[in-house]
Amino acid sequence: MNIVVLVKQVPDTWAERKLDATDKTLDRASVDVVMNEIDEYAVEEALRIQADQGGEVTIVSMAPDRGVETIRKALSMGADKAVHLSDPALHGSDAVQTSYALAKVLGTLEYDLVIAGSEATDSRMAIMTPLLAERLGQPQLSGARKVTVDGGTVRIERQTDNGYDVVEASTPAIVSVVEKINEPRYPSFKGIMAAKKKPLTTLTLADAGIEADRVGLASAPSQVVEFSNKPPRQAGQIVKDEGDGGVKVAEYLASQKLV
Amino acid sequence: MSDDDFTVIRSQVKDFVRKQVVPRELEIMDTDAIPEDLRAKVRDMGLFGYAIPQEFGGLGLNLVQDVELAMELGYTSLALRSMFGTNNGIAGQVLVGFGTDEQKQQWLGRLASGEVVASFALTEPGAGSNPAGLRTKAVRDGEDWVLNGDKRWITNAPLADLFVTFARTRPADGSGAGIAVFLVPADTPGVSVGVKDRKMGQEGAWTSDVTFTDVRVPASAIIGGSEDVGYRAALTSLARGRVHIAALSVGAAQRALDESVAFAAASTQGGTPIGSFQLVQAMLADMQAGVMAGRALARDAAAMWVSGEDRRIAPSVAKLFCTEMVGKVADLAVQIHGGTGYMREVPVERIYREVRLLRLYEGTSEIQRLIIGGGLVKAAQQGR
Repeated sequence: MNIVVLVKQVPDTWAERKLDATDKTLDRASVDVVMNEIDEYAVEEALRIQADQGGEVTIVSMAPDRGVETIRKALSMGADKAVHLSDPALHGSDAVQTSYALAKVLGTLEYDLVIAGSEATDSRMAIMTPLLAERLGQPQLSGARKVTVDGGTVRIERQTDNGYDVVEASTPAIVSVVEKINEPRYPSFKGIMAAKKKPLTTLTLADAGIEADRVGLASAPSQVVEFSNKPPRQAGQIVKDEGDGGVKVAEYLASQKLV
Repeated sequence: MSDDDFTVIRSQVKDFVRKQVVPRELEIMDTDAIPEDLRAKVRDMGLFGYAIPQEFGGLGLNLVQDVELAMELGYTSLALRSMFGTNNGIAGQVLVGFGTDEQKQQWLGRLASGEVVASFALTEPGAGSNPAGLRTKAVRDGEDWVLNGDKRWITNAPLADLFVTFARTRPADGSGAGIAVFLVPADTPGVSVGVKDRKMGQEGAWTSDVTFTDVRVPASAIIGGSEDVGYRAALTSLARGRVHIAALSVGAAQRALDESVAFAAASTQGGTPIGSFQLVQAMLADMQAGVMAGRALARDAAAMWVSGEDRRIAPSVAKLFCTEMVGKVADLAVQIHGGTGYMREVPVERIYREVRLLRLYEGTSEIQRLIIGGGLVKAAQQGR
């Protein structure tokens, strides 16, 4: 069972995240970056499946050069090798373009499963796995809180508001996972030292057969037209309880059409 | 260990301490134990062997790197560090520095993996910081040695698989101190571990008495194959450990400070945040100054250890200053918290109790002063 895990480098969740004023893209340079948190769960799940079924775990990431730190973290957790798609021309690519580029990279690899986190903490769009499934013509199993693999069949429990659905597909398939699925391991110190020695292939657009005019800010189907800072929070309204506090709260909620 | 790799390791230890251990400090205190799942994570990460050489399965961090980790580990319940502190520190370093190749091969790999917990059995009822007063005896019997004596307050003894045991083979004489170190597996007949001591603090870190009654070990158990290596091994291992404890103190002081700043910024008296009061600000300032001075000193002493410039006076200076500093900082932290700081569930209350030990073990502050003052005078007399 060969598994590809998609990981994304994102600004630290706790850092103030900003857009670059000149081209309105995410400012990655001025903040600390980390592996998108849910992606750690994706790596962990791949490693658990590998421990059970054998095969190789390959990390794929599209990121600027600095993305190698995040890739190393995934390798230090135990993944076998990695492919880093890195090309200045990718700067400003939106989700649709990214899915095109990642699909091209996946096309160069042999795999039974692609596992990814369900969404990234920077863009919060949660559409990468469906876009990839569409482009690759492969089934997608989204929102998995449990994954089991049985021969050529992969089965997940998909978290819902009321419980879970069981969904299955034949491999190769694309799975997205949620935090409930496992508890990611801390890399062992030896794993950290070994990560640098693991195979890491860096691809440019040309290497991956990506057409330059189909990625990047200039040709992005979605454009950021304008942005502004969040308005400062308004002072709240203080209701003094003189025996009628409950009524006043209810009246407020009704006035806001919340009840 | 390269700086790149170490940066990642340090940042991971920091993350682990703050996200996994800090939220469970009360549990550690209430149960007087490190939870098994945390213990397993620590072991899997490799913390039992960070200061053991790589050729024996450890990470081989030098003391400069060691103190950086110690500052992170000091940020939470000190029992966490204590769990693997003896393997990396006082007990493990005796083997690293003075063991024969065969002894290193036999034990260090298992120490580094956490499979074996080693204890440093030096302290006795009548011999604390100065090993010269040791009364535990080792007597040769054919090829074997037979040990008799009582050890006190031995860290990790209730969990230990191996006692790195100091014993006298003869009275001190012109040829040496007459103190040897023996590797005594805990299951050797005649080794008896007492009940867990009831201590002021450091819940989750266990100590107890260990009694040796006609304990027979083979000649291969004597460290370095020498009857006289013990005194130097004890002093060297303790000196290195002193720099580590200095850094641990800095970590604990940083935590006490962070807790106090957060409390001062949020807690109000008469509607005013207490951090607005200048007398509170003055306490925070003294704490911050202590933490920064301690951090600089611990790093400096570690660098001098690694370069070989000073392995005697600087470790004692660092331990003396940093452990006294954290005592004052913890006291001020409780003061800033007011009555809240006297309550069991508040971190500074735990820190106040925990750090009291740091001024006592591995050489009291008084012993450090003797080493420093005596060392300075001796150096002057020798014309250096």
